[in-house]
Formats: sequence, structure tokens, C-alpha cells
Amino acid sequence: MAKLTINDLKKIKEKVHKEMSLRDGERRVKVTVHMGTCGIASGAKEVMDTLLQEIEAAGANDVVVTTSGCMGLCSREPLVTVEVLNKEPIKYEYMNSNKMRQVFKRHILDGEIQTPFVLARGSEVIK
Amino acid sequence: MLELAAHILDVAENSVRAGAKTVAITINEDSTKNLLSIKIKDDGCGMTKEEIKRAFDPFYTTKKVRRFGLGIPLLANAAQMAGGKLDLKSKKGEGTRLTATFQLNHLDRQPMGNISSTIINLIAGNSFVDFIYKHRHNDRRFALDTRKIRKEIGDLPMNHFEILKYIRGVIDEGLSEIKPES
Repeated sequence: MAKLTINDLKKIKEKVHKEMSLRDGERRVKVTVHMGTCGIASGAKEVMDTLLQEIEAAGANDVVVTTSGCMGLCSREPLVTVEVLNKEPIKYEYMNSNKMRQVFKRHILDGEIQTPFVLARGSEVIK
Repeated sequence: MLELAAHILDVAENSVRAGAKTVAITINEDSTKNLLSIKIKDDGCGMTKEEIKRAFDPFYTTKKVRRFGLGIPLLANAAQMAGGKLDLKSKKGEGTRLTATFQLNHLDRQPMGNISSTIINLIAGNSFVDFIYKHRHNDRRFALDTRKIRKEIGDLPMNHFEILKYIRGVIDEGLSEIKPES
């Protein structure tokens, strides 16, 4: 394989710009993977890897990923929050790669909340 | 925490929570000195001398949601188990510099694990923070600087999957050239 260079980045930029101008629904979903020490120790890194792979495989331009710290529920980590635009955030508990794949396909893409993995609705209040 | 890559992710996330705009991660493997060192330097809010001392205490944390903070104690323990140590330097308002050292061939040294996914996770999850990742194995070096990438991509988000795919490609290429031992 030829070495990746800054020129490749320019090509990617042009390609993405073209695709983006075709879509108007930017930032439809925000997914937060909780990356505190507790989350990382219980596998949040693998969950995040899977999520990024799925986004890439599906070419999901409208899904934004972010990380956050511990919210005090260390025993239920890895936690993932899915926020579909104009809908209540949903927190999933005890996540792993398989559950993440299911949540991505069913909830993030199809809008169907995966109740068996849900910890809570709504967002936490950080004091 | 069984891999050094997980510790690096954890400490670098701390840097981001401390308001850092740039986080530099430097890994150095020196087989002649039998030394592995991991440096993480940020320009976050920094700590006072008192806070540095207390950061090693597992029952000290700045967070309000729980009463313990295990990140630094766990890494310090991992370093001590492998004949090394953890050094924390910081100045309030200027930033923090953490250095963890290990004996490269020590039986109890944790494996590095997937460092490429650590860097990708950091960039993807904190798209407004710049990361400088340098990895050195004896005389072979690799460096990635997201500031250069940011300059090129202009208004595109850093965590767009096409950009992340490019960065992953660059890291995997670089690591296959320097052939890390850890």
C-alpha cells in the first residue's frame, strides 16, 4: 500500500464536502461513551471502537460521537448515552461490543429504543 | 486496567477534563536501557503541590459524583510493579506533565495493548482538543499531530469517520514501521 500523505487528506476533504452538500440532516444523533477510569476498566474502549467501526461501515454522516467522564454509577459501566435530535436521551448500561452493535443498528439508525439494556431516560445532573 | 493503552486513555481523558487544548502523548521504548517511558503533557488547569500529593491517594478526587479517584493510583501501581515509577509535575494554571517509567522486559510490565485505538478514541471523543502522539522505538520514530490535520481539513469535523479512517491508516502504517516491542 502506498504511504498515506497530506494529499490523501485533501482528496478525503473534497469527497466529504460533496457528500455533505447532498445531505441536510447534520448531527441527527449524539452518542456519548462514558470514559472515566471505571468505564475504561470495564471495557468502554472496546465499546467505542465498535461504535466507530459501525459508523464507518454504515457511512453514518449524521452521528456524532463524544466522550464524557464518570457520572457516579461506576458499577453499571460501560455506559452509553444516545441522544436522538428532539428526543429524550437514553442511557444504556453494562454495554459491550455486541450490545453496542445492536443499539447502533436498531436505535441509532432505526429509532427503536433497546429497552432490555436501558438504565434510564433523561440526562444526569452533574453537581 | 490490564493494558498500558487503557491507562493512557484514562490519563489523557483527565487532561481533557482539566480543560486542556493540546495533549501530547510520548512513548519511548529503549531496548539498550531496558526502559519504557510514557509521558503525557497537557495545557489544562494544572494542580497545586498539595493536589499533586493527594492525586496518588485513591480516596482523593476532584469529582463530586463519587468519593474515590483510582486513575493515577492504578497507573502508579502498574509502574512500580514493573520496576519503574510515576512522576507528576504540575503548575496551577499552566498544565500537568505525567511521566510513567517501566522496565521494558519486566515480567510484570503490563502489555501496551491497542495504542492505535486509544489515540483514535481520544481524537474521536474530543474533537476540539489537539493531540500530539509520538512513539519512539530505539532509533525509529513516528509522530502524529492533529494540528496539522486540522489545518488541512478546515471546516470538516475532526471526528468525521473518513478523517478518523485516514488517521487510523497513518497510525497503523507508522507503527508497522517502528515495530514497537511493548
